[in-house]
Amino acid sequence: MPASPYLLAAALVPQTHAEFVHALRERLQDGARALTYFGEKLADGTVELTALLQDATGLSVLRGHAPADAQVPALTVQFPQLHIFEREIHEQTGLAMPGHPWLKPVRSPVAPMGSYPFFQMEGKEVHEVAVGPIHAGVIEPGHFRFMCLGEQVHHLEIQLGFQHRGIEELVVQRPLAHAVTLVETIAGDTSVGHTWAFCRALEALAGVEVPVEVEIVRGIALELERVAMHLTGLSGIATDIGFLQGGTTWGRLRTTLINLSMQLCGSRFGRGWLRPGGVRFGVHSEDAQRLPTVLGQFQRDMNTITALFQTSLSVAGRLHEVGTVTADQAKELGLVGMAARASGLDLDMRIALPGAAFERLPVALSKQLTGDCWARAGLRIDEIARSIAWIQRALAVPGIDQVPLQPLGALPPDALAIGICEGWRGETIHALQTDGQGKLRHFKAQDPSLRNWFGLAHALRGNEISDFPICNKSFDLSYCGNDL
Amino acid sequence: MIVASLLLHGLGLALLPFLLPGVINRVKAWWGGRRGAPFLQPLWDTSRLLGKQPVYSVTTTAVFRLAPLVVLATTLVASLLAPMLPGGGLLPFANDFVAFAYVLGLGRMFLTLAALDTGSPFEGMGAAREATFSVFAEPALFLVLGTLALGSGHGTFAELMRPHGWQALLVTPLCALGLFLLLQIECARLPIDDPTTHLELTMIHEVLILDHSGADLAMMQYAASLKLTLYAGVLAALVNPIRVDDQPLLSALVSLVLMLTIAVIVGLFESLLARLRMRWIPQFAMAVAVVGFVALLLATTQPELG
Repeated sequence: MPASPYLLAAALVPQTHAEFVHALRERLQDGARALTYFGEKLADGTVELTALLQDATGLSVLRGHAPADAQVPALTVQFPQLHIFEREIHEQTGLAMPGHPWLKPVRSPVAPMGSYPFFQMEGKEVHEVAVGPIHAGVIEPGHFRFMCLGEQVHHLEIQLGFQHRGIEELVVQRPLAHAVTLVETIAGDTSVGHTWAFCRALEALAGVEVPVEVEIVRGIALELERVAMHLTGLSGIATDIGFLQGGTTWGRLRTTLINLSMQLCGSRFGRGWLRPGGVRFGVHSEDAQRLPTVLGQFQRDMNTITALFQTSLSVAGRLHEVGTVTADQAKELGLVGMAARASGLDLDMRIALPGAAFERLPVALSKQLTGDCWARAGLRIDEIARSIAWIQRALAVPGIDQVPLQPLGALPPDALAIGICEGWRGETIHALQTDGQGKLRHFKAQDPSLRNWFGLAHALRGNEISDFPICNKSFDLSYCGNDL
Repeated sequence: MIVASLLLHGLGLALLPFLLPGVINRVKAWWGGRRGAPFLQPLWDTSRLLGKQPVYSVTTTAVFRLAPLVVLATTLVASLLAPMLPGGGLLPFANDFVAFAYVLGLGRMFLTLAALDTGSPFEGMGAAREATFSVFAEPALFLVLGTLALGSGHGTFAELMRPHGWQALLVTPLCALGLFLLLQIECARLPIDDPTTHLELTMIHEVLILDHSGADLAMMQYAASLKLTLYAGVLAALVNPIRVDDQPLLSALVSLVLMLTIAVIVGLFESLLARLRMRWIPQFAMAVAVVGFVALLLATTQPELG
């Protein structure tokens, strides 16, 4: 399979669940990485398991069928990167997964808070601090429980699910033409990232090949979103450590960037820009001429505030060696995207699976080695500069002003299509499965937050409880992207 | 003279605790590229709070309701002892600076008790932090004040502010530095505490008053601002070159300007520095104690040198 960020698999022959688990274990042992692993409960009660793996040869899919009463051994103990997938499969399909150390609900909308099995710690000086789900400030709901010894956190347990909307089911129920507006709201801060992954999956399914100019416009949308959200993160980190100038300046610069999105597509968050089959707005030539100046001014201000931030001893003292995740830990936990790159992993889907846009205009890998809050801030700064440079090059590509939307054809029956997009947080993965009549039967959306939340919990171990806000902000994960 | 002092003191109490935080906020706004709130915004906030009815959690007891009164009362009593605008405390007696420190200590005790009374884990953490850091700050305060007492003969707080002899040239700047750093600890300013944060897990002072509302909150906030005013006032009195006995009015005016300058400096610190890691605050307080100790050494070795 070439390095395409999508995959179409028609008429997959499912293995038995024993063969499936055996094959999955072998592939992971050989060094493959699981991108996603999910289950669907079919009409006859059978659970259809699908795993998407990536290794040196590219993407590949494993498919297995398990009877409703089957015992499918969990692989989490051997491969911790699967832990959240197996929890999710158990929750969504009811499949028994013996051997999983902790089948805690991922986003169960039914069980009341009091019945969740939280970790317990014993000891005279142990105390628990519970925060949320209602927080001070305008942020999403999530419950955090800290098990502390004095100021030190031994373990943080994160309970999400308060924003569960049933998006996966809603997308299947809606007419396909209207599904994309729902997809844009899976995580409001990753509208472009999710929509592009969805478009890639649907276009692969419908057999539509979009021209490179369309992909370039989508790339501009994606990189504008990346820069804007990285600025939000930097502004938040600076505010949380009391570094006033960073907080206000990055906040102001973010407005410049989202206003650019507004001018190009009518929405500051890139909504309504990407559609299956193309984009609704190209980049007009007058915009393409004006934007480089604006972006140049932006980068000048950015450099000034970045220099202040990175040379301030008080900032360095606050962020170094706080919330550290080592490369080994990141790999073992299956962290993705920004969090993985801050810990030194080479994990960027724009490089591994570039697609037309990033093949035409490659982007260099941004990476940090220390895996602490300083690294996650520094990574954002590097990525902003590279994204701005990419947008500058993309604006010079001819033909991006006239980009007609292509109609989608009929979908093939019994086919699985997967689309991947490296959003600002990390790899966003959408899977579409059609039934025998070529109608959409199952939709699986995966925000990078799903895998990275446990990284945050891990980062906080042994740190001080007062370091939680900057650790949280440096990961900047999505609650609704996890809750779906 | 007494009437004039009382009038001046009353005016100071009515205005400065609102003006100084207003100045700090305005400095921060300027550095942040904003125009900022009016200088007396804290006063309007207080009057708004006074019009609101307090809400009490059912887990709290009388301690929680009593605390704002005690905190306010102790800070007001401390204001009578501190050499503020008029140059001398209104109720001077020998070694009254000890009373100043422990009257404020009583207020702190009730502040933390009320926090514990709410049963909230945040407030419990905040109370633990407040108590722990004050353990480190107290020796520093007494090293600074004790050095001044040595230099000026054991007298009243106001006399402490008039170190004489050549050692004053060395001791005064060191003690002023110590007092300024103590102000940052005791009055919960950056880099120790961030008064504007909304993050409960990182708060020290703000978390202690999280459950207070209405007039209770107004009292707590006023008391905290008054404490800031007192520290700024003591610091201003120490560095004020005009002796209050010579030119009382000019001295008060210079003190006022110095206090506003201190507020600007506090604002500059808050605009240009990030906050310290919580773990480093005891070290910060101990560094202040070292400053006080060096000043003490200088003050005590002076007779031999001379």
